[in-house]
Amino acid sequence: MKVWLPTALRALLLLLLIAFLLFPESFEPLFRSLVQPNAPAIYNQGSLLSLTLLHLKTVFFATLMATIIAVLLAILVTRPFGSEFLPLSRSLVNIGQTFPPVAVLALAVPAVGFGEKPTLIALFLYGLLPIFENTLTALTNLPQSVIEAARGAGMTGFQRLMQIELPLSLAIIVGGIRLSVVISLSTATIGSTVAAKTLGEVIIAGLQSNNLAFILQGGLIVGALAVLIYDGLSAVEGLLARRAGAR
Amino acid sequence: MIEIDAITKQYDGVAVVDNVSMVIEPRTITVVVGTSGSGKTTLLRMINRLVEASSGAIRLDGEDNRSIAGYELRRRIGYAIQGHGLFPHRTVAQNIATVPSLLGWERRRIDLKVAELLTLFQLEPEVYGPRYPHELSGGQQQRVGVARALAAEPNVLLMDEPFGALDPIIRAKAQEDLLAIQKHFGTTIVLVTHDMNEAFHLANKIAVMDQGKVVQYGPPAELVQMPATSFVETLIGDAERPFRLLSISTAGTAAEPGEASGEPIREDRTQQEALADLLWSGRRALPVVSVTGTPMGRVTLDALLKRAARPL
Repeated sequence: MKVWLPTALRALLLLLLIAFLLFPESFEPLFRSLVQPNAPAIYNQGSLLSLTLLHLKTVFFATLMATIIAVLLAILVTRPFGSEFLPLSRSLVNIGQTFPPVAVLALAVPAVGFGEKPTLIALFLYGLLPIFENTLTALTNLPQSVIEAARGAGMTGFQRLMQIELPLSLAIIVGGIRLSVVISLSTATIGSTVAAKTLGEVIIAGLQSNNLAFILQGGLIVGALAVLIYDGLSAVEGLLARRAGAR
Repeated sequence: MIEIDAITKQYDGVAVVDNVSMVIEPRTITVVVGTSGSGKTTLLRMINRLVEASSGAIRLDGEDNRSIAGYELRRRIGYAIQGHGLFPHRTVAQNIATVPSLLGWERRRIDLKVAELLTLFQLEPEVYGPRYPHELSGGQQQRVGVARALAAEPNVLLMDEPFGALDPIIRAKAQEDLLAIQKHFGTTIVLVTHDMNEAFHLANKIAVMDQGKVVQYGPPAELVQMPATSFVETLIGDAERPFRLLSISTAGTAAEPGEASGEPIREDRTQQEALADLLWSGRRALPVVSVTGTPMGRVTLDALLKRAARPL
C-alpha cells in the first residue's frame, strides 16, 4: 500500500489540476468564503487554461535554451582546448544567478521592450547555473578507468563524448534541468509585471483588487505544476541513472 | 615484434622513462616489473600512444607507431587495465563489441566474435551477453575486460596490472586463463605488474624497471641467477631465490628413470610444487606422470635440491 500511495496522490493532484483548469467555475464554492460578497471568486479576466499553457511554454523555451547553452558550455570547458575557460565560464554563469530576477527584467525591458522577451531572458539566465554546474560535475567525475578504457579502445574524442561521457552524465544533467525548471516556474510569475502572459497575471490581478481567491488560484496552479514536473523529472532521472548502471 | 628504441618520456624536465630500448619477441609474454613510480605504466602507455614519447621511437612489426593516428593505432592494439573499465551503460556483449564496432565490422561478424570470446572465457553467451557489468562478479568483469581487449584480434595486447583488483584465488584462475588465451591466439602480450609471483608465473621474459630505466631484461631464470643490480636482487628476494628457480621449470624436466611410491605428480606442474609435495609427504622421491597419466619416472628430493642451488 505504501508503494502506490505517492503515485496515487500525484495522479489525484494531476486530476484536480486538469479539472480546475477546464471547469474553474465548478470550484467556486471552495473559494467563495475568501472574497467579498460581490467580488468574483474565480479568476474572470481570461482563461486560466491558456494562461497556464503560456506559462508552461515560456518556461519550456527558456529551459530549452538554457539547457542547450549550459550543456554546450560545460562540454567545451571540459575538452582539453577549452579548459582555460573553465573559471571564466563559471563566473559568467554565477553572475547570471546573482542578479535578482526583477533587476534582469528592469534592465531587459528598455532593451527588448515589454512582453515575453524580457521574461525569457531572465528565466534563461536563471536556468543556466544549475544545468551548467550539474553537467560540469557529471563530466568531470566520470570513473577514470572507464574513460581510460574508452581511450585505450581507440575512440576519438567525439566518440568518447557521445558514446560514453554524455550517456553516463545524462541522469545528473536531468537533475540540473529539474532544478532549473522549478526555479523558472516560480520566477516566471514575476514576468507578468512586464506584461508577459503567465500565471503571474492571476496573482497580480488578485493583489490589485484585494482578491485572496485570485492570489490563491495563481499560486496553487504554479505550485501544482512545480510538484508534478519535479516528480516527473525525478522519475526520468532515476530511470537514466539505472540505465547508466549506477545500481 | 615490438622494438622500443631509445624511448624517453619527460614531465617538466624529469625523465619518467629514461632512454629505454628493448625488443619484445612476437607471440611471447613480456612482464614489466618495478616499484610504483618506476615508469613501467608510462612505458606501456607509450606503446599505444596513450602517452606520447618525448624522444625515441617504438616500432610494431617494423612500422613506427606514429605513422597512423593515435586512435587508429589503439584500435589495433588490445588494452586491458586494472579495475577492467567496462562501460557501465552497455551490456557485456556491447562492451566486447566496442572495437569491432569502431572498425565498422558487419553485425553478424561482431556477434560471432562476441559469442566466441564469451565461450572462450567460460561465460555462456546467451546468459552473460545481455547482462550489464554491475550484474557480474569481479572475476567475470575482469574476464569481460580482457575479452573486450581481444575482440578485434589484435597482434599485441597491453595489460596494466589487469589482475590487481582480484582476490588470490580468482587471480590464479585469471592467470591460467591468460596463458591459455595466449597459446590460443598467439598474441604478443606486454603486462605490467608489481607482483613478482605473477611475473615469474607468466613471463617468457621479464623487464625490471627502476627509476625510469630498464635495469635488466631477460628470461626469469637469468634474473635469479645473474641479477644485474642489487635492486633486482631485492625485488626477487633473498628468501625466495631457490623457489623462484624451481617455479619456472616443470617437474617433467627434472624427471629421472626410477621408481617411487605414493601419489604421483603431473609433468606440467612446477618443480616448486614437486618440492612442496615431497616435503609435505615426507618422501625422498615421487613418481612423475605425463598429462595423459603414463608414468615418466620419478623426481627425487636430491635432484630438486641441486636444481635450487646457486649456479656455479
